[in-house]
Amino acid sequence: MTRLFAAIETLGQSVTRRVDRLGLAARFSGALFLVLWICIRRTTLIIRELYFSGVRSLSIIAVSGLFVGMVLAVQGYEVLQRYGSGESLGVIVALSLVRELGPVVTALLFAGRASSAVTAEIGLMRATEQLAAMDMMAVDPLSRVIAPRFLAAILSMPLLAAIFSTAGIFGAWIIGVQLIGIDDGAFWSQMQASVDVRIDVLDGLLKSVVFGTAVGLISVFEGYFAAPTAEGISSATTRTVVISSLSVLLLDLVLTVMMFRGLS
Amino acid sequence: MFPLEPNLMIDLKDVRFSYADRPILNGIDLSVRKGEIIAIMGGSGGGKTTLLGLIAGRLKPSSGSVIVDGLNVPKLGKSELYGLRRRIGMLFQFGALFTDLTVFDNVAFPYREQTDLPEAMIRPLVLMKLEAVGLRGAQGLMPSELSGGMARRVALARAVALDPAVMLYDEPFTGLDPISVGIIGRLIKRLNQALGMTSVIVTHDLNETLRLADRVIVLSGGKVHRDMAPDDIRETTDPFIRQFADGLPDGPVPFHYPAKDYLSELLEA
Repeated sequence: MTRLFAAIETLGQSVTRRVDRLGLAARFSGALFLVLWICIRRTTLIIRELYFSGVRSLSIIAVSGLFVGMVLAVQGYEVLQRYGSGESLGVIVALSLVRELGPVVTALLFAGRASSAVTAEIGLMRATEQLAAMDMMAVDPLSRVIAPRFLAAILSMPLLAAIFSTAGIFGAWIIGVQLIGIDDGAFWSQMQASVDVRIDVLDGLLKSVVFGTAVGLISVFEGYFAAPTAEGISSATTRTVVISSLSVLLLDLVLTVMMFRGLS
Repeated sequence: MFPLEPNLMIDLKDVRFSYADRPILNGIDLSVRKGEIIAIMGGSGGGKTTLLGLIAGRLKPSSGSVIVDGLNVPKLGKSELYGLRRRIGMLFQFGALFTDLTVFDNVAFPYREQTDLPEAMIRPLVLMKLEAVGLRGAQGLMPSELSGGMARRVALARAVALDPAVMLYDEPFTGLDPISVGIIGRLIKRLNQALGMTSVIVTHDLNETLRLADRVIVLSGGKVHRDMAPDDIRETTDPFIRQFADGLPDGPVPFHYPAKDYLSELLEA
């Protein structure tokens, strides 16, 4: 009987702990959004973070996009030519990339490449009292350190996703047109005719902005509240990657249903 | 707005503070006059650093009043608190330099953030502060390239950049070689005299403290145990202070963490 109570107690504790943390995250987000407008005027700070999060992620994003596009072309062509419509390869690849793979894979890669670094950096700045020192110098760490990194994630995500999709389409062109020998004109003209700017491109970019907001928020939150120990920072970094990846996939499902349910 | 003795800079009355349910401070009364250097001593975990946090408004007391430069610190809103903090400098235990900025940029940080001075004006100011701590030659180095003593001196230059009225030092001598301890000690004294600052030093270093401070506050059990002149510390027979001064392992501060009876614990199955 006591064991049963103990089990229920543990369950309850883990639930209240999570609810607690959720509340903390909500208050943190509120405070962060309040200082965003102060931060927006500090362009040099945002540019620096854009460089570290965005520009430094360029190579991994472009190379991954290229490979994903190539694989899509090989697999897509294999299925399409069964129905004798190999020329539609461009459409299939472009739609998959622009609508889904571009935003989602970019967000997953970004979480692993840039957000984990942001979490570790903020966690260490806190552990070494750099944030406290800033606070003591009457400079709000939230607007000086946290907000620029958050904004950089929101701004760089759609740009990186666009680059990912572009590299992917280029990769599919190499495989489809150069190696398999699909007609170059058909590849591009079918793509041009079937990809819609509003429905496909803009919705994809909108997804990216939402993912960037989620991933950016998670990374700065985990860093800001990381326990100031080696173990605390390592587990915060892990949590950033895990929670970001899951949130991106879940948000993608929700957004896709909302955006494309009326289309068929 | 508070009936204060005009030259009182810091005034704590019956300040209590606890972390979760663990009481740290149990009614501290402490006042510091303008231009004074006081040292706060006491065992580890005795609430010394907490006291600095309360003075700087980083922590809120559970009860009691904290008045700094005529302002009731726990009652201040964020912008008023930041206004007060522009007049308070703090030296952190390990310096807390910004690791992504050079020595020069670290010292320039308060000017760039808090003033509208042009870069052409900031440069000589930073160089003057660095010269005062003897590290003008290290202006281009990153914090990771500095020794512990040098990092502490850069942090000191940064903390006094805006010529604060109050300086708080959190264990400024910890982990430094004797030469660096001497340098930091002399700098604290000199800054105090040159800028007319009020200084509160939390420290374990008895020798340096006795050389520096006008008054030594000894904390014990979350209260002010003694408030005395440095010379009196050397001669006192107070067992707690003697244990502290002579570095005795056992005494009023017990060697053992509270535990069950040793023999019976060993014999447990």
